[in-house]
Formats: sequence, C-alpha cells, structure tokens
Amino acid sequence: MSKLDSKIPEGPIDQKWSKYRSTVHLVNPANKRSLEVLVVGSGLAGASAAATLAEMGYKVKVFCFQDSPRRAHSIAAQGGINAAKNYQNDGDSTYRLFYDTIKGGDYRAREANVHRLAEVSSSIIDQCVAQGVPLAREYGGLLSNRSFGGTQVQRTFYAAGQTGQQLLLGAYSALQRQVGSGNVTLCSRHEMLDVVTIDGVARGIIARNLVTGEMEKHFGHAVLLCTGGYGNVFYLSTNAMGSNVTAAWKAHKKGAFFGNPCYTQIHPTCIPVSGDHQSKLTLMSESLRNDGRIWVPKKKDDNRKPTDIPEEERDYYLERRYPAFGNLVPRDVASRAAKERCDAGYGVGNSKMAVYLDFAFNTARYGRTEATKRNIQNPSQEEIMRLGKEVVKEKYGNLFDMYEQITGENPYEVPMRIYPAVHYTMGGLWVDYNLMTTVKGLYALGEANFSDHGANRLGASALMQGLADGYYVIPYTLGVYLSEEVSRMSAEKDKPDSIDKLKTKHPAFDAALKEQTDLINKFLTIKGTKSVESFHKRLGLIMWNKCGMARNKQGLTEAISEIQALRREFWSDVRVLGSADEMNPDLEKAGRVADFLELGELMCKDALHREESCGGHFREEHQTEEGEAKRDDANFAYVAAWEYKSESNWELNKEELKYENIKIAQRSYK
Amino acid sequence: MGSGHGTELNLTLKVWRQKNAKAAGSFETHQLTGISTDMSFLEMFDVLNEKLIHEGKEAIAFDHDCREGICGACSMYINGRPHGPKNLVTTCQLHMRSFKNGDTIVVEPWRSAAFPVIKDLAVDRTAFDRIIASGGYVSVNTGNAQDANNILIPKEAADEAFSAAACIGCGACVAACKNASAMLFVSAKVSQLALLPQGQVERKERVKKMVAQMDEEGFGNCTNTGACEAECPKGISLENIARMNRELTAASLK
Repeated sequence: MSKLDSKIPEGPIDQKWSKYRSTVHLVNPANKRSLEVLVVGSGLAGASAAATLAEMGYKVKVFCFQDSPRRAHSIAAQGGINAAKNYQNDGDSTYRLFYDTIKGGDYRAREANVHRLAEVSSSIIDQCVAQGVPLAREYGGLLSNRSFGGTQVQRTFYAAGQTGQQLLLGAYSALQRQVGSGNVTLCSRHEMLDVVTIDGVARGIIARNLVTGEMEKHFGHAVLLCTGGYGNVFYLSTNAMGSNVTAAWKAHKKGAFFGNPCYTQIHPTCIPVSGDHQSKLTLMSESLRNDGRIWVPKKKDDNRKPTDIPEEERDYYLERRYPAFGNLVPRDVASRAAKERCDAGYGVGNSKMAVYLDFAFNTARYGRTEATKRNIQNPSQEEIMRLGKEVVKEKYGNLFDMYEQITGENPYEVPMRIYPAVHYTMGGLWVDYNLMTTVKGLYALGEANFSDHGANRLGASALMQGLADGYYVIPYTLGVYLSEEVSRMSAEKDKPDSIDKLKTKHPAFDAALKEQTDLINKFLTIKGTKSVESFHKRLGLIMWNKCGMARNKQGLTEAISEIQALRREFWSDVRVLGSADEMNPDLEKAGRVADFLELGELMCKDALHREESCGGHFREEHQTEEGEAKRDDANFAYVAAWEYKSESNWELNKEELKYENIKIAQRSYK
Repeated sequence: MGSGHGTELNLTLKVWRQKNAKAAGSFETHQLTGISTDMSFLEMFDVLNEKLIHEGKEAIAFDHDCREGICGACSMYINGRPHGPKNLVTTCQLHMRSFKNGDTIVVEPWRSAAFPVIKDLAVDRTAFDRIIASGGYVSVNTGNAQDANNILIPKEAADEAFSAAACIGCGACVAACKNASAMLFVSAKVSQLALLPQGQVERKERVKKMVAQMDEEGFGNCTNTGACEAECPKGISLENIARMNRELTAASLK
C-alpha cells in the first residue's frame, strides 16, 4: 500500500478544479481570525499566499532571511510569465498550455495539477495588472506578448527584462498593505531552522533572528514553505547567494518526502564562468532566443573573431537539428546541444566552453522594418543597424547592459558568449493536490514543491506557478485542512493542556529549540581549518561534474562516496568564527552548506536509481541514436518520493503518473 | 580609466568595521594582491573574507544576494559614492576593471539616521518597507480583478510607470543625499501608481500617507541637489520628485 495519496479529485480534467473548489469545506470568517498561518519565504509564492490569506482574514506571519521581503530571488526572474489568454489570437487555450507544460516536462508531471495551473494562469495576469504592475503594452494600450521556448504560440507577458521584479513588487505591495493593516506580522532577517511537529502534525517553526542571533519559537495552525529551489547545491548557479534548501531539508528530515530531487534545470543561456573567483552565474533571459541565433564555427578551434567568420562557416546547430522549433527548443534540449558542440571541440572564447548568441541577424531585420516605417529609402547597412539597435535596446536593454558590466564586451557589436548553468530545480517537497506535504499541516508552494514541471520546466512558467499557488490554489486548499482544525479546536477547547492553549509552551517546541541551538554551538566549537565556502565549492564541483548535465552510473556512484567523505571532513574540520548571539553570515552559511551536503547525496541517489533519461535528467546510458533523451515509460512513469530514515538512508515511495488526457509520446521538437 | 581583461591588481582596502548598532566603529586596513580585473567588487570581498577566516579573524558582514543588480541588497559606499565609481550599476555589478593597480579603496556603510548600522557594512533599511506599507499599493484583494485588457494604458504611460517602478529599493539615494532624504525612493512609487489608471482612486490619500510615513522615519528634506538621481543605479529620474510634489500639493488642496 502506497504511503502517498495525491488526493486528485474525481471527474473530467477540465472540471476537477472548478468542482473541487466549489465543494471543499470552508472556514467561516470568525474562525479565520483565530487561525494562525506561518509563511516561510517571501518570493512570488510566499508573498502572494501571505497577502491573500491575510485578506481572507487569517492571522499571518511571514519570515524571510533577507532584510526585506522585496529582495526574495523571484525578483531576478527576467523574461516573462505565461498565461493562456490567447490575446494574440494564435490558437492558444487552457488545453494547449496544459499540453505544452506536460510535454515540456517530458511526461513526468501530474496532469491534474498542471491543468489547474493552466486554468488559473489568466487570472494571475488580471490580478497583477489590477495591482498596477506595469507589464509591456502595445501602442493601442493592450498588453504585449513574446515567445518562449517549447511553445509555438505567443503567451508570455513581460516587463522588459524585469518581469520577476515587477510581479514580485506587485505581490510585495499587496503583502505590505496587509502588514500596514496589522493582518501580517513581518519577520525579516529571520531564518527558519526547523519545523516543529507534535504527533506528526506541523505546529510551528524554530527561527533564528539573524540580527540578534536569538532563537525563536513560532506557533502556527499551518506552515507554508515558500522557500524556493536548491540549485545552490551546485555552488555556481543563477540563484541568489542566499538561496538555500534548509527549510525544505529540515522539513524532509521531519517526515516530508522529497520528490524527484535529481530533476535539475540547466539553463542554456548564461554568461560563462570567467575564473576561480566566480561566486555565481548570471542568466541571459530565454526571451533573447526570440531574437538571437545560436551558433558555433563549423571548424574546430576556429580562433577568428566571430564577426570575421562568414555566414557559410557557421553552424546554427539548433536550427539544423530542430527545424520546427529552432532556437526556441526547450531548455534541456538547448543545453545538451551546447554541451555536445563544446565537448566535440567547437566551443568558443578563451575557455572554449561557450557558444555564440548572435543578434546581428535580427537587429538588421528590425532595422529594415524601422527604415520602411520611417520611409527611409535605400538605407545604408550602418543606418539599418543603428535603427535595429534602438529596437533591440528597448526590448532587452537591461540584459545587454548587464552582459557588458560582467564581461566587459559590448553585445550590440559582438555576439554574446553563453553556456548552460544551473538555474532551477523541478524537484522539491512532494505535495498532494492541496499542496500539503506528507507532514499534516505543512505545505510547500512554488519552486519548493515538485508538482508542476515534471522533469523540465518551460520558460516563463516558474512565475506562473509561484503566483498560481499563492493567489489561487492555497487560499482554497488550505481551508480543507483548517476546517478540520476548527473542529479539533472546538473539541479540545476545555482540555487544559491543548495545543491551542500551550502553543509554543508545548515541550516539542523546547526540544526543537534545543536541538537547533546545539547544532549552532556545534558549528562554532569544531574550530577546524577550512572555511564553509571552501566546502561549498568542493561540493559544487562534485555535483556539476557527476550529477550535472550528463550523468552515468559510475560517476553517480563515485559522487555519493565523495559527498559522504566531504561531509565527514566538514563536521571535523570546518572553521566558523564569531559568536551565535550576533549577526554572523558565516554561521548562517554553515547551516545551509551542512544541509546541501546531505541533499547532494540524495540527488545522486535519485539520479542513480532513475535508469532512464527524461527532461533535465540525462543518463548517458539511456539515449537515442541521435543523442536525445530516452525515457522508459514502462518502468519509470512515477514520481520518486524519498522518505528520510537516517543518515544516508532513504526509502523510495512511488506515485504512479497516469496520463488520461494526453497521449504519452516521444518528445519531438524536430 | 580601468584596467583591461585578465590583469591582476594589488589594492589597499579601508573597510568600516562596527560590531553592532551601539558600538563605535572604525576603519580597518587590508592589503589584497592578485585581484583579477574580471572579478566583481563583491567577489573581491569574498576573497578578502576568505583571507580573514584563514587568518582566524571574523569575516566582514555586508548585505548582498542576487549579485545581478536587481534585488537591491548590496549597499556599499565606495570612495565616497554609493555603489562606487561607475554610474548606473549596483555594487555587485561593479567590476574590478574599474580600478587601477595600487588603488586605495575606502568602503563604508550607507550613512543615515533612518538606516542604522547593524554590523560592519550592513544597515537596517526597514524604514522603506514601512513607507510602502503606509500606502505604496493599489487596494485590490485577490480575485477582484477584471480582465487585464479591459484596462487600456497608453504605451507612453506604461513605459513611464515602468521606469519609475524599476527602483530596487537599495537606498543609494538616501546615502548620496547630504540631507539623507528618501524623496527619490518614495516619489518613484507615488509616480508609478499616479501614472496608471489603476492608481487613481487612492491617488491623493496615497501620497499624503507615504510622505507622512517618510517624515516619521526621520529622513531629511529634499533641497534639489540631484545627488540621488546621479547615484541611482537604476536611473530613477528627478522628475518623479517634481511629480510627487505636485501630487502632494494637489492632494492638500481639497
């Protein structure tokens, strides 16, 4: 008997959600006021959930490790947000967004969740515009769209290259409105260190005040983890420096199963590594693939300047291999193709681990259109490029500036050099249809859960999912559980030692607090010789080399023992200075790296067990003759949900994936 | 002018160290060698911190997160300028190619009564959150929205609102101002919402509440020196301050 109950409602796929949300139990307004909800993380998922739940009347507390909720890493999302509005009249629909997402995820996502995501996508755009989010407009005043990978319609809404910033600031202002009206208590510069469970039910968290070092106990009737992904296990990624797995990992160790940890998205267009000093990698938005063409020289070790290489000596390998989608193939496909060319010796730049993303062709095309619009007869090539550059600047100006800041090269003049980098993690805490983990009362939203993107996420879908979970899913599904809580509270109201009376005075809170305080003291008393940073870098290298874009049995087996050895070394030789009762960034990082050192092992274990290739998970042993990912649907059409038993010991639980509405097929973008 | 690709710099760093809000702070001097010009300014600080830890000394605390110029966390006052010598970049996007071999670089936290130092280079900017909480929003609960394309917005208005909305809330404007005024920050949000149809209903109340909160937080007055605009990493325009003053006047005349 499976321990997993996905709680997918009965009925046809397009009626499941509407029927469910109209029939689930509700919590009456008076009872909402006595229910406390803890929201950990203040990105798109956390801020939207916290604001909406507070609007509904719940008492909400929000925690973020940053100095302000506005700095959560959703802020850095660039390109856009998908919605099945069909404003472009190009054949889009809820079904098509659903289909594209399932196919893009290489048939490893749960149908019911993805359909719900597609259904609520339109409302997200409505809500954001109502908040005053300045999405891009056409001259007639209507919203503008752009294309993203893995689709053949234009359904991506955007705000220049700062869509995440604008959407997050919208959610943040909604959140601050609730803070201002006293419905939300904001705990910034706080890091959640553990979830407190009583009889297997989540009842609160332990958090450290990062300014004073004080360890705090917080009670909640429900705990929502909106804590993002774990890409920083690779050390180098496009994630923010502070992004970490600690909240999710501690929850995992308290009983929340971890779903598909090995599904990692390596984004094809990032600025390449420039040296050992590198602290993070920077994405160049997928939207650039609308107007940029990706190529390498046809000759190996061609050291000519890119602008000196004539057209016929360039290999536009994505257009060559995938004529139907060309430069807009999904991310996993584009990344592997770049790796293949570089590994074969066709890479460019000093490191030879880069390919060109070239805007000259489309700059000229825009320039010619502008010349026609302005009635300029026989424009010179320079005139065309000047006019085209203005158009490109308006669309992607901030991205081009950022590229120039980082590399010192002007991408208007020479093609960008790009290479894949870790960007997003599709895996995460296993959740049911209500977004509840396997720990009762504990939820995971946004990137922190595993549910919607299968083995590969399509571009512009992360923002959609974060906001869908926060604005439109959890406000309904949380009531399913909290209405039960209301009954329990009423039944226990005369019990002197009820959970509701004791709250943080319950011994479980003290035990959890002590455990976390001891852990902090342990970091400070090891007094070893190596910095936290050095361990993180070494872990990252193991993960990138052996659990990165391509994986194989031997490498993964080696990685597991290397990570175990590194973890032992960490716990005997790490050096953490300063004290526990003050702001101490090094101590914060020690806790995060300690958790990454455990997660890394589970990722390798998951990748090792999944004897197939799918989406971002590419096992070299399982590929077609053309080098494409080869799935094994007979044996692996399931979610791997890992249950923590003890150190290095997990039990695998499987949730079978049933495709009742989409025919499971070999994914083709040719 | 800066240095080219792949060269290395030897530098003297004078960094503000302060144990906590109550302690007195002072400058500490460090020598760094072999700093690649391809490094970002914060990666140079990573190198320094690794060196300090290796020597058994506590690392320097500073705020940073996305390292791609958008989260607004980084906040160093470098050689007398917020975010350093280059215009239109945050500290994290400043690269060492903007410096020369042998340079002395002085690094301090933002200085403002409304931004108390927490430790070393990290300051408390929660005043900004409280200003937004006082009125920097459109009051629309989730689920109340009409179809997005029912609200037509002229492209010029949308673009101008977007330019104001590009503010990252880093506080460089306050740090740059001799009066520690927060007018650029506040006016950017007031402008964004005043320019859009969605912001009209609460337009007058919003500006009054936000300005009142700004004053309560202890930020100084604006004397039109323009230092904020000059140092803003996102190029937020002074025109926003002019617009906010007009909005406030209009809101006060009933």
